[in-house]
Amino acid sequence: MDPSTLTISQLRAAYGDGAVTPADAVRSLLAATDARDAELGGYLSLDGETALAAAEAADLSLPLGGVPIAIKDNINVKGQPCGCASKILTGYTAPYDATVIARLRAAGAIPLGRTNMDEFAMGSSCENSAIRPCRNAWDPERVPGGSSGGSATVVAANEAIAALGSDTGGSVRQPAGHSGCVGLKPTYGRVSRFGLVAFASSLDQIGPLTKSVEDSATLLQVLAGTDERDSTCLEAPVPDYRASLRGTAGLQGLRIGLPKEFFGDGLDPRVRGLVELAIKRMKWLGAETVEVSLPHTDYGVATYYIIATAEASSNLARFDGIRYGHRTAQPADLLDLYRRSREEGFGPEVKRRIILGTYVLSSGYYDAYYLRAQKVRTLIRNDFDKAFAHCDVIAGPVTPTPAFRIGDNAADPLALYLADLFTLPANLAGLPGISVPCGLATEGNSKLPVGLQFLAKPLGEPDLFRAAHGWEQSGPWQESLLGQ
Amino acid sequence: MSKTYIPSIGLEVHVQLKTQSKMFCACPVAFGEETNSLTCPVCLGLPGALPVLNEGAIRLTLRTGLMLGCSTPPVVKWDRKNYFYPDMPKDYQISQFDLPLCLDGGVPLYDLAYPKDAQKTIARPGKVVPLTRIHLEEDVAKSTHHATFSTIDFNRAGTPLMEIVSEPEIDSAEEAVAYLNSLRQILVYGGVSDADMEKGQMRCDVNISVRPPEQKQLGAKIELKNLNSVSAVRRAIRYEIERQIDCLETGEPLIQSTRRWDDDAGITTQMRTKEDAHDYRYFPDPDLMPVLTETMLEEVRPLVPELPHEKVERFVRDYGVTPYDASVLSSEQVLADYFEKAAAESATPKKVANWILNNLLAVLNEQQLGIADCPVAPEKLRALVELQESGQISNLQAREVFADLFVSPDRDPARIAQAKGFEPADTGAVEAFVDQAIAQNPSQAEEARGGNDKMLNFLTGQVMKLSKGKANPKTVSELLHTRLRG
Repeated sequence: MDPSTLTISQLRAAYGDGAVTPADAVRSLLAATDARDAELGGYLSLDGETALAAAEAADLSLPLGGVPIAIKDNINVKGQPCGCASKILTGYTAPYDATVIARLRAAGAIPLGRTNMDEFAMGSSCENSAIRPCRNAWDPERVPGGSSGGSATVVAANEAIAALGSDTGGSVRQPAGHSGCVGLKPTYGRVSRFGLVAFASSLDQIGPLTKSVEDSATLLQVLAGTDERDSTCLEAPVPDYRASLRGTAGLQGLRIGLPKEFFGDGLDPRVRGLVELAIKRMKWLGAETVEVSLPHTDYGVATYYIIATAEASSNLARFDGIRYGHRTAQPADLLDLYRRSREEGFGPEVKRRIILGTYVLSSGYYDAYYLRAQKVRTLIRNDFDKAFAHCDVIAGPVTPTPAFRIGDNAADPLALYLADLFTLPANLAGLPGISVPCGLATEGNSKLPVGLQFLAKPLGEPDLFRAAHGWEQSGPWQESLLGQ
Repeated sequence: MSKTYIPSIGLEVHVQLKTQSKMFCACPVAFGEETNSLTCPVCLGLPGALPVLNEGAIRLTLRTGLMLGCSTPPVVKWDRKNYFYPDMPKDYQISQFDLPLCLDGGVPLYDLAYPKDAQKTIARPGKVVPLTRIHLEEDVAKSTHHATFSTIDFNRAGTPLMEIVSEPEIDSAEEAVAYLNSLRQILVYGGVSDADMEKGQMRCDVNISVRPPEQKQLGAKIELKNLNSVSAVRRAIRYEIERQIDCLETGEPLIQSTRRWDDDAGITTQMRTKEDAHDYRYFPDPDLMPVLTETMLEEVRPLVPELPHEKVERFVRDYGVTPYDASVLSSEQVLADYFEKAAAESATPKKVANWILNNLLAVLNEQQLGIADCPVAPEKLRALVELQESGQISNLQAREVFADLFVSPDRDPARIAQAKGFEPADTGAVEAFVDQAIAQNPSQAEEARGGNDKMLNFLTGQVMKLSKGKANPKTVSELLHTRLRG
């Protein structure tokens, strides 16, 4: 048995049988990484020795005892680099654990490696990593999605059992969709953001990338819950998420809302076909469908890129070369130190967004852009409130197309922004969303995963798991999606 | 010439709050600790750290608002003020922009708060300077500049800072001083801050403009910075008023700008003009939730202390002390409390006040002690004053008893007097002294007999001298009265 191919549940069972030890698991993941990661670029760094030592000391009685979890490079793990795939944080070592890391550790998990990403989580292809390119495990000529592209790649390529990512506008769900894994963005405030390097504070949320819906529920169970160090964390009690995993039986009576705005022109016919087929199959298994409307969907992209960049322009101000990270050589004066440190340290997409965000917050433009965007955000949330009066979950595609070739969209940032239209609304409205594989699209010699997305009302994660697990358990073909 | 121009002065006062911990993290607020020892990922602005509100700081600000008669919006929020500076760890400051904790209200100016040399010529006694707002924010770190480099101490970064903004309705440098002293007194009364300007616990920027009386609109607003003491505030305002008048007289245009006070040279110099002003790009801080104030306000209300001016009125009314004495007694909460404890069950509270103001404070002053350190309990002082007032001991003897009491505060004043042999001088002896005094000063006695009270007092003094201070002046005066005026 190769432990690297297992899910968390399977690995835990293997530990229980004594068939596999945590050290075996870590070694097999290191071997898989040695074999493939030079090409795929999923990890930015991987400290095998520390992970092996932790594996030897693992307490298997804990819920995640001995389970290695890969961590996105924007989540602080004490003593490990935390670089956000940016040159400006070259040499920076995290002096503290993020709350999610503390919770993983308390549950017995082993933080394993730092996964590649778009610099400061800005991007949806991982092409904005300032450290190294990251490739799609299914076709290395293609992007893995982003910004949590590294996390998706290491899970898809069996270099990790599961991984943490962060989702600001789809950054967990979209790479999960492109790479054939399960990606969850919890309700805003469900998981503490303390220790997640902020991109857009009102949109960011940490979520797991896993090989199964069950693993997603297992991880959320550990990650979720209020945190006195994050004032935006919700105080709502954490339900038993695994109880909502009812297989295909859970589809009985499930009301699936289908927003017509998610099935418009511009949707790749293969994506449309696979998503519609999945929904049809869920209906056969007892789900009902209702048509719903999200009339402000078209404004999502514009709204998102105003709010996200405004917050980012302020959040990224602290990377100034004064206290940590990159500082330019021989600055002439303070202003020169700021200018050149940031000029040298930030990549082009980060600079673009800082400039955009600075602009929309500037005196005289604030009302026209930022304030207006906040109002539209409310309208988008209202759309969902109305829709969820008629359904338990909303279903649709994750992205308009399967993963594109590296470099194809590099010259046109706007085209990339527009491809986020199905994932952004969940962040703007603070809703939970999950992306699960729903089939493979053929493209030349490649087979590319296509994702199916479910959205639920705030704190509706149990509904998401019920729907996603029901779908996942509905076909034996699911097996073929794993083990790439 | 300067009389023909009207100055309009507004003050922005920053006050460090007396909280245990910083505004957004659990680091302690303290001074003089090892450099950068009171820090954590939050107040260092490390990647991934998040702020969490210190509710204690909000409560102290609400208490201040209640003391100054401010109103509080039902919902307040937190905003980011964005600008780059090395002493600001996040390169934005968490502050309050359009929904601050307190609005309106005012600072009543106390007579004693004016500079001593200006207390006799107060233009508008009882004036209340209206406030625009009070908001809460975080303090920055402390930079030290060396020859070729600078160092930063982040111990201060994140200390809760309350900004109190007045309307530009202060008319003179002396009123500005009274404003600062009155404000400080109230803040100390409320236990909000120690508000010591020399320690940087209270910092002040001044906005100032002048205009000819026929002009209704305010002149160009000029901000003064680097004012590190109350006296600097006074001198800087006086200088700046003269400078601006000179400009107007000579036709030099005044433009909105910021100037730096040079304390040694006694002048202000231009730092920047409006064109260089920052665009702070305020926006609501997405890391912090808005705060609902109503419940908190109700919880804070009972903690609002009686204000100094309310105390003065009550002391005059209930204890019959003069307004001036009441002001001095109310200048510090501890002194006022001491007085009240001593006066509460006294038949002669006014005498208690006199004793404190004339004797006790002088002794404490000699010993370089504050009233809080006074070893003599107020109840003992009351007993002492009673001994004196009942004629059992003289004033001089009372002071001696007090000196002993100061060293042995547990002893009983009556016992001390007894041990010292302070018996009420017997009437026979006093009568003899009275006769002697009249005999020795025949012309003064004659005048006193004719109705001259001054001479009567003179003779009383003579008798006291003869009795070596042991006679009770009241008895002496009565005896002289009977003897000379029948």
